[in-house]
Amino acid sequence: MTMSLPKKLIFYTLLTISAIVLFFPIVYAFLISFMTGPELMQGKFLPESFHLDNYIKVFDRLPLLNYLLNSFIVSAGVMLGQLAVCSLAAYAFVFIPFKGRDFVFFLFISTMMIPWEATMIPNFFIIQNLNWLNTYQGLTLPFFALAFGTFLLRQHFKTIPKELHEAAQVAGLGPFAFFRRVVLPVSKTSLVTLGAYGFLTTWNMYLWPLLVTTNDSVRTVQIGLKQLQSQEVATDWGVVMAGVIVVIIPTLLLLFLGQKQLQKGLTQGALK
Amino acid sequence: MKKVELIDVSKSYDRQKDVISNINVTIEPGEFFVLVGPSGCGKSTMLRMIAGLEEITGGTLKIGEKTANRLPPSKRDLSMVFQNYALYPHLTVEENITFGLDVKKVPKADRKKRALDTAEMLGLTDYLKRKPRELSGGQRQRVALARAIVSEAPICLMDEPLSNLDAKLRAHMRSEIRRIQKRLGITMIYVTHDQVEAMTMGDRIMILHSGKIQQIGSPIEIYNHPANPFVATFIGSPPMNLAAADVRKEASLLVLANGTEIVMPKGSLDEIAEERVTLGIRPEFLMPPVTGEGLPVFDAEVTNVEVLGHETVFSFVAGEGEWTAKWNGQWQIQPGDRIPIAVDTGSACLFSLEDGRLIRKAADRQRTVTKEGAAL
Repeated sequence: MTMSLPKKLIFYTLLTISAIVLFFPIVYAFLISFMTGPELMQGKFLPESFHLDNYIKVFDRLPLLNYLLNSFIVSAGVMLGQLAVCSLAAYAFVFIPFKGRDFVFFLFISTMMIPWEATMIPNFFIIQNLNWLNTYQGLTLPFFALAFGTFLLRQHFKTIPKELHEAAQVAGLGPFAFFRRVVLPVSKTSLVTLGAYGFLTTWNMYLWPLLVTTNDSVRTVQIGLKQLQSQEVATDWGVVMAGVIVVIIPTLLLLFLGQKQLQKGLTQGALK
Repeated sequence: MKKVELIDVSKSYDRQKDVISNINVTIEPGEFFVLVGPSGCGKSTMLRMIAGLEEITGGTLKIGEKTANRLPPSKRDLSMVFQNYALYPHLTVEENITFGLDVKKVPKADRKKRALDTAEMLGLTDYLKRKPRELSGGQRQRVALARAIVSEAPICLMDEPLSNLDAKLRAHMRSEIRRIQKRLGITMIYVTHDQVEAMTMGDRIMILHSGKIQQIGSPIEIYNHPANPFVATFIGSPPMNLAAADVRKEASLLVLANGTEIVMPKGSLDEIAEERVTLGIRPEFLMPPVTGEGLPVFDAEVTNVEVLGHETVFSFVAGEGEWTAKWNGQWQIQPGDRIPIAVDTGSACLFSLEDGRLIRKAADRQRTVTKEGAAL
């Protein structure tokens, strides 16, 4: 696309301003994580020196590694569970004809309109009655069935030509073999997208882990961070921000890795 | 090699109206059988019923000696080539070819050998490691063909496999498919809407129109003796000329709606009971008049002329519509000219006006080459 110079100038100025506005909280958190208490009180923007005291402190005060591991297990668990459940459901909605399929699908999709918080209380009772408080399954299982994920995958599966399904039938492939050997490999892009989405939302989840964890055994990192704030009378913000930065890193890593995969998948079909 | 038999086969989607009805045909082992018809005539549905991808709602389908109505596609011992090829986009050419063998648990060494043999037969050896999207249309088509051949199934179904290729490649693949079919002796059931493909490839052709069989026969038989006006206009290019005509038995005359009189050979109309018939005559039998040949000649006004180099195709007013004639060579004719046209009346077909039945066959036109040269 070609643009005249003044237009370009305006464009990039606007882009830069929005980028700064958007990124400011994270940059500021990053800078605070190197500040000492007094520095912070003076309302400085840049720390006097970059030292890792706050980072050492945060690992000292909290079993942060433990929390990170828990978060990782829970996020990965939800991600895998969602992929399995959603892809199988989407497969049924696309490739297996049954009476009332569209009705069931729209009913399923309509659950997207019910906010998650509204189902929280019944979910909590179920988990409590199953004695799953403070367990990994209690943290992960309620999130496996995801209407959005099923919808996303169904849309992709629908783009698979029906001749491919028929060719597989003629070749003697059963329904599950077709799913595993044709549908999944062909839909890699959507699966990666859904996987990244599932992982990140679970990693950032706050309310549900707060409800179902009562001790440190399976507590996730977001709840752990909150503890820093309330432990002392005056919160040591430098330490909190150090914790925040540590928590952000895996998210960023995943985003970069996922983005590369995504771009690869998206451009694969476009260029001959 | 197996035969395929359809007995009273019909298909309906809503259990009320049949989209295909009364199909009775036996496809012999090793035969190249072409299903041809205009779009929406049910030819693809019929093929898919044979493949088992579409339910048969009435009648019996036999593959070999076994009734196959309820068999799943994989148990019917057949392979299929789809119009859009249906190659697996995530697999290489080689994996695409061996995919079916892999599913059937063919030993790995055997699989490899069969894939290589097939690839060589179709000239795909250099492309085995490529993905389908890195191939041209013709190459993809050959991969689809290879996938069908490698399975060594006795029956092969093809659903308009050449419709996505350009004209030159299509002509090439036509002869290639025919050659491979003869070499392997596969029973081939081939669906097309292209009458040229049907004429050049088929041992026998079935012409379908709105779900009903119009005619089954060898290409030449169908060309010479079309069973009804639909077949007459569907096969042949330009199509056969048709016009309603009054029969004058005593004078052995056919009179078209605009008064044009065509003298038929003496006695050829004697057995015709109808007063009005449909006259059908192919464009090549409307000829430039030659003195002494004795063919009936009539004058007509030319409406359009196409000079193609080796032949001249022009249309003229006849009866209520227009007829087309095809003359060899280049002719200086202008639209608006009134020219004399000779009719080879021996080659004319007559159809009943009510039910379209063929009531008078054209004379046979086949020639043989003898040592002395071509004999008429």
